[in-house]
Amino acid sequence: MKANGSVFKYGDNVDTDVIIPARYLNATEGAELAKHCMEDIDRDFVGKVRPGDIIVAKKNFGCGSSREHAPLAIKCAGVSCVIAETFARIFYRNAINIGLPIIECREASERIDGGDQVEIDFDSGVITNVTKGESYQGQAFPPFMQGIISAGGLVSYINAK
Amino acid sequence: MGMTMTQKILAAHAGLDEVKAGQLIEADLDLVLGNDITSPVAINEMKKMKNQTVFDKDKVALIMDHFIPNKDIKSAENCKCCREFAMRHGLTNYFDVGEMGIEHALVPEKGLVVAGDAVIGADSHTCTYGALGAFSTGVGSTDMAAGMVTGKAWFKVPSALEFVLTGKPGRWVSGKDVILHIIGMIGVDGALYKSMEFTGDGVKNLSMDDRFTICNMAIEAGGKNGIFPVDDAAVEYMKEHSARPYQVYEADADAQYDAVYTIDLSALKPTVSFPHLPENTKEIGTFGEIKVDQAVIGSCTNGRISDLRAAAEILKGRKVAKGVRCIVIPATQDIYLQALREGLIETFIEAGAVVSTPTCGPCLGGYMGILAAGERCISTTNRNFVGRMGHVDSEVYLASPAVAAASAVTGRISCPCELE
Repeated sequence: MKANGSVFKYGDNVDTDVIIPARYLNATEGAELAKHCMEDIDRDFVGKVRPGDIIVAKKNFGCGSSREHAPLAIKCAGVSCVIAETFARIFYRNAINIGLPIIECREASERIDGGDQVEIDFDSGVITNVTKGESYQGQAFPPFMQGIISAGGLVSYINAK
Repeated sequence: MGMTMTQKILAAHAGLDEVKAGQLIEADLDLVLGNDITSPVAINEMKKMKNQTVFDKDKVALIMDHFIPNKDIKSAENCKCCREFAMRHGLTNYFDVGEMGIEHALVPEKGLVVAGDAVIGADSHTCTYGALGAFSTGVGSTDMAAGMVTGKAWFKVPSALEFVLTGKPGRWVSGKDVILHIIGMIGVDGALYKSMEFTGDGVKNLSMDDRFTICNMAIEAGGKNGIFPVDDAAVEYMKEHSARPYQVYEADADAQYDAVYTIDLSALKPTVSFPHLPENTKEIGTFGEIKVDQAVIGSCTNGRISDLRAAAEILKGRKVAKGVRCIVIPATQDIYLQALREGLIETFIEAGAVVSTPTCGPCLGGYMGILAAGERCISTTNRNFVGRMGHVDSEVYLASPAVAAASAVTGRISCPCELE
């Protein structure tokens, strides 16, 4: 499985309130949530994001609330992967459980800039920065989590057991 | 190698003699919790499962608290979805308008969690119940759905940070100041993926309400859970609120911690978190005048009876400053009733504050106290992110109920000691 897209770059501690503000949490459908994705941190995001694009951020991405609406909004906005130095733990679980690919990679988080073209090979964990001609080794998931992702999320994983 | 308190609870729930940090386990759950925001998503996920029966109708709790009484049509639809689900599955612990409270105040009050339990909740502040010596942590809606059906959840066994508490907090220092101090010290990702284990002879000087507040905000340091040892105060609380048997787990003497911090409670001062991160803490007295437009006293962090008593002590015989809106929200119906009986509600209203039915409302910018551009709020809630309580150009300052009440009176962020 591979991803390929243009990068939207953010900093440390991107919280779930800016990923999807609570004023929209009365909605549960991904498509509706996606219309307001990143609205309070980047008003241009929704207008600019194209299917396959990639979010790159620094430390503690997704901190704050447990709202699954956050990874769901990102996934339904068309984002193919989120790369960060670290993820907040509930966001990390949620992303795996709903099938939004995420990768922890400090080097990629530091080197990649907004607008860079980036390719990700999920099997090897290798992140290629096409724009800069560099590659970085991301952390592959432990086999157990890979199992959930391969099954297409936690629900399918449980159904298959 | 010794285990931490959290590791011992997880080992017992995974049917293992020993677990190590980093190990992936599947643990049996004593309670699976959801609210009106997260449960509808979980209910939809559950519809995709082969097995659509809840594992135990006594061990799934749905609490309507975020946007109720329904703030709009979509919120009404969400609550209706939860209500119908609870009816269909015969859930024992469904709490709606009239019985509800803010989930993390209500769950311990109703005795649904006791020491030694393993609990997941589709709400990040589920870590609150560590105050009772339980393992409890926030998850998302899909984990909640899986938990409702299987009665189990997967966990990566956390390593831990130990916070050795010594001494006794001073006159205007509460559990809120303790946890804000800690978050300021280690940062919003200082405990990422880890347990925060609180120990030391200072624990006995913290009330159960203080401990709930401290564990409640473990997530604000990135923690997986916060946990206190089970002492006489915890046992007394459980006996008063629950008929369920409890199990006491203690960390081994040779338990490994990634770091150990000693905190002298007597040296702490009332602390305020500045926008827009809980880690931006400053002790009161170290900053200049900050005028406020609103003061919120409530939430799963600080809407308990001792919080209302602290606020009422300051507001008694005083008036909320002209131009400041002071909103008081008792966290549960029982707390509301107790406050009424003690005359606290009368004190609030005479002071010019408003008192609301229990709701998470303004804490997450839902309703009941949204901020306009440029407005500032002193709040006893738990997050001060950009746009958390309303407009992206508004500001939230986090503090204790005493500081919020004193600030409501003076119209600027103030130490309660100024009013003495």
